[in-house]
Amino acid sequence: MQPIRGTCHKFGHDIDTDAIIPARYLNTSDPLELARHCMEDADPEFPGRVKAGDIIVAGKNFGCGSSREHAPLAIKAAGVAAVIAASFARIFYRNAINIGLPIFEAPEAAAGIEGGDEVLIEPDKGLITNLTKNETYRMVPLPPFMQELMDAGGLMAYVARKVKDRV
Amino acid sequence: MGMTVTEKILAAHAGMEAVEPGQLINARIDLALGNDITAPLAIKEFRQLGVKKVFDPARVVLVPDHFTPNKDIKSAEQAKILREFAREQGLEYYYEVGRMGIEHCLLPEEGLVMPGELVIGADSHTCTYGALGAFATGVGSTDLAAAMATGECWFKVPETILLRYYGKLRPWVGGKDLILYTIGDIGVDGARYMAMEFTGEAIAALSLDGRFTMANMAIEAGAKNGIFPVDEKTEEYLRGRARRPYRVYRSDPDARYAEVREYDVSRIEPQVAFPHLPENTRPISEVGEIPIDQVVIGSCTNGRMEDLRVAASILNGRRVHPEVRLIIIPGTQKIYAQALEEGLIRIFIEAGAAVSTPTCGPCLGGHMGILAKGERAVATTNRNFVGRMGHPESEVYLAGPAVAAASAVKGRIAAPEEVR
Repeated sequence: MQPIRGTCHKFGHDIDTDAIIPARYLNTSDPLELARHCMEDADPEFPGRVKAGDIIVAGKNFGCGSSREHAPLAIKAAGVAAVIAASFARIFYRNAINIGLPIFEAPEAAAGIEGGDEVLIEPDKGLITNLTKNETYRMVPLPPFMQELMDAGGLMAYVARKVKDRV
Repeated sequence: MGMTVTEKILAAHAGMEAVEPGQLINARIDLALGNDITAPLAIKEFRQLGVKKVFDPARVVLVPDHFTPNKDIKSAEQAKILREFAREQGLEYYYEVGRMGIEHCLLPEEGLVMPGELVIGADSHTCTYGALGAFATGVGSTDLAAAMATGECWFKVPETILLRYYGKLRPWVGGKDLILYTIGDIGVDGARYMAMEFTGEAIAALSLDGRFTMANMAIEAGAKNGIFPVDEKTEEYLRGRARRPYRVYRSDPDARYAEVREYDVSRIEPQVAFPHLPENTRPISEVGEIPIDQVVIGSCTNGRMEDLRVAASILNGRRVHPEVRLIIIPGTQKIYAQALEEGLIRIFIEAGAAVSTPTCGPCLGGHMGILAKGERAVATTNRNFVGRMGHPESEVYLAGPAVAAASAVKGRIAAPEEVR
C-alpha cells in the first residue's frame, strides 16, 4: 500500500455515523451530495474546509452507531485520504474496508496528532510520522485477510472473482 | 475447550467442528435483510457484479421502513428501487406500506428468524434477533450485495462477554432499563467487536418483547451481536410462527468468556440516557427537573405490544401535557391491529397522542416528528446522538415506555409513580 501524506483535522471520541452523515441527507446515495454534508453535525464548517488529500484523526470508537455505508462513502467523496483513530466501531471498520477508504487504528497517533499537523502514513512499515511535531507512532497492522480485500480493490472485486470462478 | 452459543452457530455455518475468537471464517447465511436506505446502494453494487439472480428469493428480505410512507420525492425514488428489485427477483418476503412493519419488529413476528440461524442485515439493529437465540449482526450495503449474490459472508469470530442478571425486577422496570443500565456500566464501546450473551433468572423472567429490546441495543455498546438462551418462552413465541425447522445451540459449561458481569436487577430503577450518548444513564430518581417538548413511543427498540400496554396503563384516563406532543408508533400492522382490539389506540387518542402507521421516522430524524432547534424529547428509541431526531441543537433522552408515557403527562421527565 502506498504512503499517504496530508493535513489533519482532529475530532474527539465516539464520533457517530449521525455526526459523519446525518440521516436527514440519506434520501440519496449520491456520494458527492453526501460529501457536501460530511461531518456536518460534528463540525458545521468541515465540508467547506476539507481539501482533497486531507486526513481525519479521531479518538476511540470512530463511526459508532448506524450501519449506513453512506458514512465512509461521504468521507471518501469529500476527498479525505485516510482516517486515523484510536479505535473504530466494527460496522464502520468493515464498511470502510469494503469500499476502499484507508483507515488506521493507531491510539498513539490519535492522541499525539493535533488539528493542522502534517502527517505521513506508511502502511507497509506500520508507522505514522507527524512531520509538524517530528514524532513517530506505531499502528495496529491490518489483519492479512483485510489487506487481501484492500489489495483486491474492496469486497466487490473480491466477490466478482469468486462468482466468476463458480460459473 | 467448550464453545459459546455464538461460536457454535458460527462454526456450524462455516462447516467447521469448532472456531475460536479472532478466527476469520466464511459462513453460509440463513437470511439477508435490507431497507429503503441501505438496499438501494446494495442493489446498485449487486448489479455491478453482473449476477442475475439472488442466491435464494426466500432468504433475501426487503422492508421499506425508514423514510416510508415516502416522505419526499428522493425517498420515493429510493423505495421504488426496492420495490422493483423485489418484483424482478421474485422475492418472497417484501413488505409493502400498509402491510409492513419496522423491520426488527416485523421479521420475528413473521417467523422469519429462527434459533441457531445466522442472519445479516444492512441495518445496525439487526442484532435484535439474538433474542431468539440466533446470531444476527448488522453489516453495510456492500456486504449485503455480496451476500445477496453468494449466500455467504465473512466474519471474525468475536469474543463473548457474559452478562448475568439476577434478582426480581422492580415495578415499571423492563428490558429497556436493564440494557440502558448495562450500557451505562460498560460504555458505548464496552463490548466493541464482542458478543453479548445475556443470561440469568431475571432474563428468564423477561418476556420475548423485553428480550428483543435488550438484544436490539447490543450495538449501542459496540457489540457485534447480542444473544439469549432459548427457553420455553422462546419456543412458545415460535409455535405456529416459525417458517423453517431449527436447531437450538447452547453455550458449554466450560465455554470461554472474555469477561463475566453480574447485575442485581432489584437495585435497578427505571433508567434515562441523557444526551448525547446512550451510556449517559441516570436512575429516574436522579434526573431532576427537565421540561420536554415531545415524546416518541415506538421504534425497533420499544414498538411492541408489551411497550404499548405499559404506555396505555399510564395514559388511561389521563391527558398529555398541553405543551407536549406525544407520538406513538406501533411497530407493525399486526401490533397496530392488536392494540386497536385491546382498546389501547382509543386510550392514546383520548389522551391527546398522535398514532402513526409503522415507520422508523422520528427515531433517526427522518420524518414524522422532527425536533426544532433547542427542543427536547423523551424517546423509547435507541440513540440520542447529536442531531439524531432533528436539529443539531435539539436533545433526545432515552427511556422505556413507562417513563416516556409518564413524562408525556407531566411535561417533564417523570417517574411512572408520579402519575400512577
